[in-house]
Amino acid sequence: MAVSPLITRLGLALVTLFGVAVIVFCLLRVVPGDPVAMMISPSATPADIAALKARYGLDLGLGAQFMLWLGAVARGDFGTSISLRRDVLELIGERLPATLELAFAALVFGILAGGMLAIFGTLCRRTPLEPVLDFLNGLFLAVPDFVWALALVLLFGVFLPVLPISGRLDPSVPVAFATPFYLLESLARLNLAAVGDLLAHMAMPVLALGLPLAAIIVRTLKEALIEAMLQDYVLLARLKGMSPLRLVVQEALRNAVGPTLTLTGVQFTFMIGGTVIVERIFAYPGLGNMAIDAVINRDLPLIQGIVLTFGALFIAINIATDLIAALLNPRQAHG
Amino acid sequence: MSQPLLSIEALSAISTRDGGQPVLRDVDLTLKRGEVRGLVGESGAGKSTVAKAVLGILPSTVKLTGGWVRFEGQDLMQMKRAAFSALLGRDITLIPQDPQTALNPARSIEAQLTDGLRLKLGLSRTAARARALELMDEVQIRDPARVLAAYPHQLSGGMRQRILIAAAFAPEPKLVVADEPTTALDVTVQKEILRLIRRMQEAHGTAVIFVTHDLGVVAKICDSVTLLYAGKVIEDGPTARLLNALRHAYTRALLSAGPRYDRPDAGLEPVPEAVFAQLRAEIGLSQSNSEGPRS
Ligand SMILES: Nc1ncnc2c1ncn2[C@@H]1O[C@H](COP(=O)(O)OP(=O)(O)O)[C@@H](O)[C@H]1O
Ligand SMILES: [Mg+2]
Repeated sequence: MAVSPLITRLGLALVTLFGVAVIVFCLLRVVPGDPVAMMISPSATPADIAALKARYGLDLGLGAQFMLWLGAVARGDFGTSISLRRDVLELIGERLPATLELAFAALVFGILAGGMLAIFGTLCRRTPLEPVLDFLNGLFLAVPDFVWALALVLLFGVFLPVLPISGRLDPSVPVAFATPFYLLESLARLNLAAVGDLLAHMAMPVLALGLPLAAIIVRTLKEALIEAMLQDYVLLARLKGMSPLRLVVQEALRNAVGPTLTLTGVQFTFMIGGTVIVERIFAYPGLGNMAIDAVINRDLPLIQGIVLTFGALFIAINIATDLIAALLNPRQAHG
Repeated sequence: MSQPLLSIEALSAISTRDGGQPVLRDVDLTLKRGEVRGLVGESGAGKSTVAKAVLGILPSTVKLTGGWVRFEGQDLMQMKRAAFSALLGRDITLIPQDPQTALNPARSIEAQLTDGLRLKLGLSRTAARARALELMDEVQIRDPARVLAAYPHQLSGGMRQRILIAAAFAPEPKLVVADEPTTALDVTVQKEILRLIRRMQEAHGTAVIFVTHDLGVVAKICDSVTLLYAGKVIEDGPTARLLNALRHAYTRALLSAGPRYDRPDAGLEPVPEAVFAQLRAEIGLSQSNSEGPRS
């Protein structure tokens, strides 16, 4: 992608984010429920309530509230969480890395598992294994992430209790982290005990989030691979004596990966949405888990901050997907 | 060397896709070493099916029902898989129809031109590259080093077809199967490519099966011709004799239907239906299965 389209994309991203901000702000104010009512003790006087409203700017008109909030956000001030009484940006900074590590682990798992199974499925074409694989693929496509999460809790938490069912890190693992990216930091420090424990905690949520992605990748990529395998250049390569695996990986894969890449970008944004419920089920201390608390507590500043963060993340994923697609397209990669 | 290089005997095939309709009916074809044999017929006549049978790449929906394909006396259909695979791409190679789809858009020309040399002849990377440069020179590509580094979309159709010709002749095969190698090209480029194939074939003493629906092309390049209609051989002989005689109604019809090099804008004249009807009667096809063949 050349420079100027990238700038256009970034400009568009800002506009999109502004739209997200407007929608979130309006939605939160039309749904019923009074944040102040959640904070006060039953003995509060009307004067207490008014003081509280004034403190959070809730006594102003909607337009004024929005402008105030947007101006603050533009300066990097997302306000103070009503329920946790801490800076929203700080809270997000603590929780987002946990979610990012989880989501990226699930993405890597989904791509590797889905990619390998798609290649395997292409190699199994016209063998008795093909209908079996297709049937399993269809089954996996039909199971959503939260169902996986519950099934995995039953399987590895109850019947075969080999994996921790909640949290991110066992308290018995002695580490003081300098950053909130526990997994990356442990990897960088080669602290294998910590890496092992973190991965054990991530295993089930990663499977729950990654299996549906893998299933979609298998279906899309296999279809494209089979189509690509019919091309003349694959036939010529086969006549030259290339092995079936090399035919799929070297000849077909690069040309077949386009649609899968775009789809994976879209699915990744869905998956980040999925972290909300999956993190909740596994009590994983990520942004999604906090989002549910924020909604339960009607913590407007925190909800707004989290939703904007998710919005920015989605846009970043879209741009990254386009960039990678452009890099993989030989027409763009080689002039 | 009396033994023919390739002999196809009584080859028959049906299409399971079209309810078992015959695709080839007792096709015979022999090819001497170094001979260029035209395989001619209208679309759907079964030309590509013959070519694919030689290469062992028939689609799963086409089934051979009888006959032999012998290469240097060996029955290709009875041969062990490994032995046949070893033969393909080394002794028998293919020039495909459409240079647009026959090169992998994601791989450099060098990678695609050298992997056959490395896999089939066991050349090292540097030796294969050196050989590739020679071949590029032979097919008259200027600035071969630059073209080797290029990707298919950076080259013209004619250039790509030159590269595919270079790749087909690279392992010094005994037989090159060319399935309509100029159909996808401009008329002017067509002529150059035809001349190039003929020159390469002569220089290397390679036999060629040249599939085309165009008798004008046959006249330019082929020593002999096999004419197919609806899966049946209806003419077989030296090009000169075939073209001079023009005995057969179908031959005349086909020639008038071909594009004219002297008047490229003249377009295709349709073959009169009456000619086909007469022909069907002549070769004993019933009306019901005669309308079928389509590619
Ligand atoms: N993939 C296929 N499956 C089944 N039948 C086919 C297939 N391809 C071609 N045929 C049949 O074989 C006949 C001959 O096709 P083909 O050899 O491609 O003709 P040509 O190359 O002379 O145009 C056609 O009538 C067509 O119906
Ligand atoms: Mg054909």
